[in-house]
Order: sequence, then C-alpha cells, then structure tokens
Amino acid sequence: MTALLKLEGLTREYPGVRANDDVSFSIGAGEVHALLGENGAGKSTLVKMIYGLEKPDAGRMELRGEPYAPVNPQAARAAGVAMVFQHFSLFEALTVAENVALGMENPPKMGELAKSIRDVSETYGLPLDPDRIVGDLSAGERQRVEIIRCLLQDPKLLIMDEPTSVLTPQEVEILFKTLRKLQSEGTSILYISHKLEEIRALCDGATILRLGKVVGECDPKTTTARDMAEMMVGQTLHVPTREAGEAGEVLLKVENLSMASSNPFGTTLKNVSLTLRAGEILGVGGVAGNGQDELLSVLSGEAKTAKGSVTFLGADISNLGPNARRKIGVLAAPEERLGHAAAPNMSLTENAVLTATIRKKLSKNNFVNWRAAEGFAKDVISTFDVRTPGPASAARSLSGGNLQKFVIGREVMQDPKVLVVNQPTWGVDASAAAAIRQALMDLAAQGAGLIVISQDLDELMEISDHFAALNEGRLTAPRPALGLTVDEIGLMMGGAHDMEVADV
Amino acid sequence: MIKFIKRPQPSKFWTLATPLLAVILTMILGGLLFAAMGKDPFEAIRTIFWDPLFNPQFAGYSRPQLLVKAGPLILIAIGLSLGFKAGIWNIGAEGQYIMGALTGAAVGLALYPLEAWWIFPLMIIAGAIGGFVWAMIPAILKTRFNTNEILVSLMLVYVAEQILASAALGALRNPEGNGFPGSRNLSQIEWMSNPELISGTGAHWGVIAALGAVVATYVLLNKHMLGFQIRLTGESPRAARFAGVKDKLLVMFCLGAAGALAGLAGLFEVTGPAGQISIDFGSGYGFTAIIVAFLGRLHPVGILLAGLLLALTFIGGELAQFMLGLPSSAIQVFQGMLLMTLLAMDIVVNYRLTLVKKEVA
Repeated sequence: MTALLKLEGLTREYPGVRANDDVSFSIGAGEVHALLGENGAGKSTLVKMIYGLEKPDAGRMELRGEPYAPVNPQAARAAGVAMVFQHFSLFEALTVAENVALGMENPPKMGELAKSIRDVSETYGLPLDPDRIVGDLSAGERQRVEIIRCLLQDPKLLIMDEPTSVLTPQEVEILFKTLRKLQSEGTSILYISHKLEEIRALCDGATILRLGKVVGECDPKTTTARDMAEMMVGQTLHVPTREAGEAGEVLLKVENLSMASSNPFGTTLKNVSLTLRAGEILGVGGVAGNGQDELLSVLSGEAKTAKGSVTFLGADISNLGPNARRKIGVLAAPEERLGHAAAPNMSLTENAVLTATIRKKLSKNNFVNWRAAEGFAKDVISTFDVRTPGPASAARSLSGGNLQKFVIGREVMQDPKVLVVNQPTWGVDASAAAAIRQALMDLAAQGAGLIVISQDLDELMEISDHFAALNEGRLTAPRPALGLTVDEIGLMMGGAHDMEVADV
Repeated sequence: MIKFIKRPQPSKFWTLATPLLAVILTMILGGLLFAAMGKDPFEAIRTIFWDPLFNPQFAGYSRPQLLVKAGPLILIAIGLSLGFKAGIWNIGAEGQYIMGALTGAAVGLALYPLEAWWIFPLMIIAGAIGGFVWAMIPAILKTRFNTNEILVSLMLVYVAEQILASAALGALRNPEGNGFPGSRNLSQIEWMSNPELISGTGAHWGVIAALGAVVATYVLLNKHMLGFQIRLTGESPRAARFAGVKDKLLVMFCLGAAGALAGLAGLFEVTGPAGQISIDFGSGYGFTAIIVAFLGRLHPVGILLAGLLLALTFIGGELAQFMLGLPSSAIQVFQGMLLMTLLAMDIVVNYRLTLVKKEVA
C-alpha cells in the first residue's frame, strides 16, 4: 500500500500542555487506520490539524506525496479530506437534502441533490430519505446524513470521530458495511474510537497515542484488545472481577411508573417497573435520550411521581425529595458532571456539601461544618485517587475523569443502601473507569443495590447481574445478564425500531 | 492579537484587584471627560474624591453625609446581593424602600401624639414588613405563575411612587401643615425620630443596621446551609435541585429578605435624614444599590466598601456641581463609568490575556 497521508513530527502546543509531541505515522490508500488513546491523549488535536481546524507548531504533512498544509476545513475538503464529527451539526427543522446543501460550497439544484443523495445512500447501504425532516431522525440516521454529506465530496480520506457512540449494535453493523465498501473502493478511513473490539473488527492498522506522543503501532487484527488497552494507559489493566452476590431482600421497587417529561425535548417515562435487591447491580442500557435522565430523576427524588410508584423497603417514597431519600440511603449520581452532579465554580469541599451533608453530618443546626466537609472531600480524593491539588480546587479545574471519580466516590463513601448512577464512566480514561467499576462492584458486594444506567454495553456486561434497556421511555423486563447475546441486547435496546439492515 | 484563555479557577488576586483598578480607570476616563468639557480634570477628581472628606472648608458638612448616604445604600445592596447571588433579579428595591417608609411612618403617625419608648421599635418592624410584603408580590407571582421578577418588581416601583404621592397629599398629610403636601416631621417627634447617634459622624440607627446586615450576611453566606444553597442556586440551578434545595422557598426568602432590608432603609431614612413623607421621598437609593451590590461583587464586605465609595461620589459630585459648575448629568455619567469599567474588567478574573503573535497562514 502506498501512503495516502503521511504525518511527520507534528507538534502542537497549548499553553501549559503539549497536546501533540512529534507525532508521525502514515495511512495507506484504502486503509482503515485506527487512532487510539485515552481522553486527553491528543487525538482530537491531531485530527483537527489534519482537517485544517488547527495549525501545527512544527512538523509537516504529505497528502499523496505532495506537501499538505490546509489553512481551513474548506481547503482540507478541497484536497479530499472529509470528517464526520462526534457531535452533529444539523438543523432539525430542515430536510436531509437541505442540510446537505447547507454544507456545500456550490450546492446543486434540490432535485438533483436529492437524487444524488439517494444514489449514494443506495450504493453504500445507508438507508436515508432526502425529504425527511432531520428532527424526526434517530441518532444513527443523523449520522448517515453527515456521512453522506462527506461522501458526496468523493473524499480520499474520511475521518470519523467516535462514530459508534450513539449507535445500536445493529446500526453499527450497517455503518461497518458502509465503511468496508468505501475501503474496497480505495478510500482511506481514519477511525477514532475507544472501543477496542470495534477496532479489531474493522481496522487494518492502529496508532496509539498517550500524552500526545505515539507510543505504539499495531495490527489490531492480531493484537488482543487487552494489549491495546494496556498500551493506551501504559499500565497493566486491572480487569474487575465480580463476585456474584446472593439475591438479597428487595430494596427498591418501581411499579407502573409513568411521568411526562418536564421539558419539551425530554422523554416521557411509560409504565416503568423494576425490582432491585440487595447486592444486585441492575444494568440499564439504551441509546442516549431514551429516558435515562428522567429515570435517574425519579429515583433521585428530583422528580416526584404518583403515590406508590416508587417504594423503598416497602415504604412509599414517591413523594420524597432528594434529601429525604438521602436520609434513608437512596443516593444518585447523575450523568452531567458539571452543572448537575457538581457546581463548576465551587470547590470540591463545597461540592462535598452538595450531597453529603445529611449522611456525613457535615452541618450542625444548619451551620456548615467546613472542617468536616473538607475532611470528607479529602477522604474522597485519596480513596478514589482524584488527581487535583486539593479540596479547594474548583470542580471545573478537574479533568472529566477525575471529577467523575470524585462524584462517584462522594456517593459511594456515604455508604448508600441504593445507588443509582447514570453514565458512571462516560469520558473517563480506561484506568479510572476500571477503578470506578470496581468501586461500584465492591459496594454491591457489601449489600447495596445498584442501578447503573450506561450506554457502554461492555461496561454493563462486565458489572451487571441483571440487564434491562430503555427505549423511548419504556423499560424492558430485566433479564439475567449472563448469557445474553449482542443480538438480544440490540433487540432489547431498539425493539424493531430503526433496525433495517440494507440489502447490499 | 490578544487571546482570552479561560482560567481553571477564578483568580483570587484579580477578584480583589479589579475593583481598585476599575476605580483608577474610572478616574482616568472621567478626567478625560471633564477635560473635554473644559474643566481641569485634576481639580474635578480631587473635588469628587478628596474634598468631601479632607477639605477644611467642606469636610465639616460633607463627612457625616458619607455615612448618611452610605447607610441605606449598603442596607439595600446587602439584601439585593442575596437574590443576585441566587440568580433572582429584584430590580424593585426602590419600591420596597418607599413602601417600608410609608408603612413605618403610617404606624407611627397613627399613634401620634402618644408618647412611649416602643413606638420607634414598632415602626422599625412595620417598615421591614412593608418592604417585605411589597417584595412578596413578585415572589408569589414568580413561584405561582412563573412571571418574570425583573418586570414585576420594577413596575411595582412606579405603583409605590403613586401610593407615596397619594399618601403625601392625602392620608398622611400633616393636618397642621397649612395645606402643604407632606407628613409631620417625624425626626422632630421624640419617640419617632432616628437621630444622629454620635455627633458629627452621621451615624444613625440605619447605619448600625447596615453594619449588622453586613456581618449577618457574611455569616449566612459562608457558614450557613441556607447561604450555601443561595450560592449553589446561582452557580447551577440544576445542581441545586439535585442537592435538595427547595427553589420556590429560596425565591421567597431572597426577595423577602431584600424587601425587608429595603423597607428598613426607607424607615430609617424617613425618620432621620429625610424627616417626613413627601412626594419626592424616593431618592433613587433602590436603583443605585444595584450598582453598589455589583461593585462590591455581591460580597458583604465588598458592598460595605462600595457603598462608601458610591456615597463619596454622590457627595463629591454635588460638591463638583456646586464648586466647578459641572452638570449633574456629567456626574451620573461618571458613576455609570464606574460600573461599566468594573464589569468590563471582570473578564480578567475568569480569563487570562495572552499576547499571541499573528500566525503565519
């Protein structure tokens, strides 16, 4: 394979951090090349330089043997480099075709464009109707709009940033078929992902970044996921092992709970029922936006529900607020770290007071005991290995992973009877994620009941003993996690909705 | 090219330094303004900032005025700062100030000519209740019907002004006043007056109350759960709900406390420096206090200093009008500049400025 894109000694420095340090590798024509690394390893900076959003401080790039230094994304696109971002930039009120036209420098007539969208979507097995309104599309379909937008430019190199994070397993299959077809036509793909199994299934080569430097290259087809993960984090992974606990007494029961979302863009919970026993971890999967936030809010007490819909040890708690639930041992850690689980500009000590006042007795006669609060914050920091100068640091100064460790640690160390967490390891690097999962499993082993809401199926399979999925506000009946196949999980998550596999 | 880079945490140094820098910058900009108007800028600045306190000719009169003016500003601004910290925007302190003065004066005048030591304390309570009730109107409308407290509280200022005018001309008019509008002079009725406590300082009961409010608010915000909840709500309403803050109750508390303190300020004013209910009793303290609250960065001690500073520019401004013939609008522009420069300089608290060489394309 001849090299399509060659990077030599790329360096990019931000104040205080060298995001990329002497990065060199090359991508062959028709190669699917993976870019692997923890959060903050410098993947985003690197692809931004390739796509013309950032300029390197040093080093050079070559595209098809010619020097390549795009001044902006338009120049990159003109040179045949296209990119699908993790977060879509689409107008919900416009149709697919109109959205595609908006991204083009010289859009053709609507009719012609719709026809070429149909052609491309048929050729590459991406079912998509150009006349549909984007607001009605699922996340997977929206991603197809972005991909087709790129394919219409006939790119030589397609950059994909964490493309599967919003997809169901079936949608991932569709995407992979498309990518393989593109590859067979000679298009190179630079594929960024955390998900090692995907990379092993799809990619021909992989470059691994750590702290801005290339730490290794490998052939993912012959390297185990575990080896790649260890290269990423630079240490041997501690794979958590769960001791299956005895099914204990029923702690939390949700019966026929329905709740209209308080905001117009939320999801209405429909007839949700579940039972949580002591020592159990119930994993709740599902694609984001199917009622995860709402489920957490009815369990945390932020949203109150019909009488009798939520009971704890037989007592009705549907009408209790968050603090009353904390008092009896029902705790929660929401997904959004900054602005929901923690206040960004407040110190870690103050953020400890945010949820731990009652169980840790951080106040007396309603006066805050700041010394006790600081002590508790320090405990969380040391027990959960939170990297920070100290408890006086503002929450927003911590990296995502460290703040997440603090947020989860803050709840775990309050010795809850029931803990509900949403996306406990989202955006967290592999070693921190392993530590968080271990802490959750330890908590269950001590007899607490846990509900773990997550979009990371591997995580759920690893730690849960029962699995259920949210789909449009409905929760499937929980099933024992052991022995579930990926297909079964996919059906639980998506039902029959939006699952068509194109016949290519 | 100058680039702004967000700091991981707000800079402690700049939080303290920006108010000082803002004052200095305002002096420079104000000096330019005065120079453009054909006045000697140095003399103008000196007249505003120095003469009221130290000029032997004027200080005897001006110096006590400092506390007289600063007292109500601080008292009102402290109350407003509670709401502002929680993201509750009470713009109607002027109305609450007027209503406090009216209720307090009405209670006192209803008892006239009774003589008893408890009349003045009773009037103080009535004044606080008057302001509190007036602030409860936007609070209840907001919590019940989700109305905007900015609009409701602001419009109630104009309602309060009409009630004030009607009371000065009707219900509270001095029966022995020969038909002139305005109530009896409360400051001259022994059991209703709010006298200067220490001669030559200007300190009256309102100043004591303002200092008490500064201390109490400092303790509330830094030591008490309620203060923590107020700060948390302002930082991040969603995190506050997660922390179990009852947001409706918090709205009521913040508006109610601000109203009660503004009402107190009105009561101390009407029984002391102003002396009587008159049509033009409303003097704009309620609006200026908004500037004081922000100039003091919503911090109790900061508000104390800001209140004194703004009071100084008032007195100095008057002196400059009188001595140098500066128009009063120029003085108002000058005070506006102070707030503008402070807000503009806020950026260095949260952002770092770095000079970036123009990149080669």
